Amino acid sequence: MPQNEYMERHRKLYGRRLDYEERKRKKEARAPKLRAKKAQKLRGIKAKIFNKERRNEKIQMKKKIQAHEEKKTPKQTEAVEDGAIPHYLLDRGMQSSAKVLSNMIKQKRKEKAGKWDVPIPKVQAQSDAEVFKVLKTGKTKRKAWKRMVTKCTFVGENFTRKPPKFERFIRPMALRYKKAHVTHPELKATFYLPIIGVKKNPSSPMFTSLGVITKGTVIEINISELGLVTQTGKVVWGKYAQVTNNPENDGVINAVLLV
Amino acid sequence: MNNPFAQKKPRLEEKVEEKKSNLPEILQARLISEDGEEAGPPIDLPKDVTVEQLGLIVNALLQNEVKTPYLFFTFDDEIKSTLEEAIADKQIDTEKRLDIVYQPQAVFKVRPVTRCTSSMPGHAEAVVSLNFSPDGAHLASGSGDTTVRLWDLNTETPLFTLTAHKQWVLCVAWSPDGKKLASACKAGVVIIWDPETGKQIGKSLTGHKKWINGLSWEPYHQNPECRRVVSAGNDGDVRVWDTVLGRCQFVIGGHTGPVTSVKWGGNGLIFTSSKDRTVKMWKAADGALCKTFSGHAHWVNSLALNTDYVLRTGPFHPVTDKKLKYSDLSKTQLQEMAKKRYDTVCPDGIESFVSCSDDFTLYLWKANSNKFITRMTGHQNVVNDVKYSPDVKMIASASFDKSIRLWRATDGRFICTFRGHVQAAYTIAWSADSRLILSGSKDSTLKVWSVATKKLSTELPGHADEVFGVDWAPDGSRVASAGKDKVVKLWQY
Repeated sequence: MPQNEYMERHRKLYGRRLDYEERKRKKEARAPKLRAKKAQKLRGIKAKIFNKERRNEKIQMKKKIQAHEEKKTPKQTEAVEDGAIPHYLLDRGMQSSAKVLSNMIKQKRKEKAGKWDVPIPKVQAQSDAEVFKVLKTGKTKRKAWKRMVTKCTFVGENFTRKPPKFERFIRPMALRYKKAHVTHPELKATFYLPIIGVKKNPSSPMFTSLGVITKGTVIEINISELGLVTQTGKVVWGKYAQVTNNPENDGVINAVLLV
Repeated sequence: MNNPFAQKKPRLEEKVEEKKSNLPEILQARLISEDGEEAGPPIDLPKDVTVEQLGLIVNALLQNEVKTPYLFFTFDDEIKSTLEEAIADKQIDTEKRLDIVYQPQAVFKVRPVTRCTSSMPGHAEAVVSLNFSPDGAHLASGSGDTTVRLWDLNTETPLFTLTAHKQWVLCVAWSPDGKKLASACKAGVVIIWDPETGKQIGKSLTGHKKWINGLSWEPYHQNPECRRVVSAGNDGDVRVWDTVLGRCQFVIGGHTGPVTSVKWGGNGLIFTSSKDRTVKMWKAADGALCKTFSGHAHWVNSLALNTDYVLRTGPFHPVTDKKLKYSDLSKTQLQEMAKKRYDTVCPDGIESFVSCSDDFTLYLWKANSNKFITRMTGHQNVVNDVKYSPDVKMIASASFDKSIRLWRATDGRFICTFRGHVQAAYTIAWSADSRLILSGSKDSTLKVWSVATKKLSTELPGHADEVFGVDWAPDGSRVASAGKDKVVKLWQY
């Protein structure tokens, strides 16, 4: 170990050899050849170490070249994206919000005709026999005028049952639903929202009036939580949705919003 | 609450237990201004004195030539109808003098906007930025279709389409003399325009590596040439540009997160807020860091100076000096006018400012102290925008919790909440007389709120989609709004 910077000191005092630069240049020029010779000669663990070092060196070199090339080439301008948002919303990762319901007139017309472009256009009809179970009543069970609904139903809040003598249809408590999982097709988000009523059960108008909910039924949903607004600034709160699952099998109502 | 303002004035804090029923007929009262100056000797007032009568007394005591409307406060509460009503539920020592604070209001009145005078189509994409010129004669809007448009406000038609940007135009800012317009885009390019010809001035100012969140011009009273502009980049840099030479003067790189907003103060200081949870103050001359204000727990979204309005309008006073011909005045005269206006708002040169954040709070700061004055809590979601009222008496903040909140500017005391939006409120704008607030929301409506009644004044539906930008003309004549539905709408009384 040198105890002092004696080499530097000497250099400062007496300067370098006169042919220092030339020797240095030549040495550097010959270095690759020497290295190639060494690479061929080395064997065993030494070769392994040498090769590994050389490989890493080459990777770094290539990276450097690439970086320089990138600097030289003019940057391609980014294409202008759609859906411009102000700077305060950039970086926020907000989900795209639903378009405001501008086609109110169209919607009203559809409502009048009772026809909608629904996600499930063809619905298997439910027969009365499937939906209703005949209940035998009377002391000797020979009367059969009473029916029990075996499908899910929506029953309004102010409904009170009639006395048993006049109650033709029984809607069991266990199959009554108040809320549905509604998916907004544009937002791709699902909300758990209260049901307002059954608009149409395609199988039969009687099912509609009874509030029977089967697959394909159009129900009215309270969407005031979503905060949608009409063009006139009013908050939209009732919207239709179509049931997409078999609620009597699944125990939940899934629906898709008709936008 | 931390209330240094209240400590300054002798208030009757030690109240004697007394029933309100035995309030004497005559109360001895002292009328004092906000700075604690007495208008005159203490006077005996009947307990049923009304606000109008108090106004007459103050106008007479101060010998005002022009009748000024006043607001009156006692024990921090506004006197709405009569004195008796305001102090009815307070326990007051009637032996002592009652302090009534009077607060002058703007002499002029801005009428609330009620109808849409025109919807101007033209932009091919959502309009994300909107700004009136300081003299209220021009309107500029920047859009996602990469253009800036200038609108003719007399005929309410398009005037110029300025195309040079390659990306969404996120910010537009007028120079305080109204003769230059700066716009910044998502590619990080700033371009200066001449609003008279619609041509670009100089070359594009490039340097930012990411998009630009804010622009601010040098105040008029410091440099009437309107030469320098500062931009806040999302890459964490703040750049000061020389628009005459067309190059970056210096880069301020002290923030570790994206810079969300920048304000050039009137006293040679630049204020920046950043997503690294700090607000920083820099010297405008060389970009040296003066102070770091930390306290927020999340992104700082926006920043408002108490001098924002006077700095924005520069030498112009769009309402009272409407007949003045600014083109006849020399620049030094205009500079003096601007300086005078600045000094009335900020006589000691120490600006106070308020910052709003993603941590649902606002902080009120003073430029000469590291400690905040007040932490204003109450919002239940991200606070997106905050603005000082032009008379610097109040602060309004808009939040994603669908509400607008009003605060007192001196000490940050909460005044009231305006509820009515059904979606996040994005931006707000004050009318020039500080009596009305305008808010634009995600629910596609604009709402005008009255500060006096603390209620909704008018609702302005009409946009088909989210409203991204609102602005009230500095002269109060009209309101402009624009949003995702690509049209710029103008509203008037």
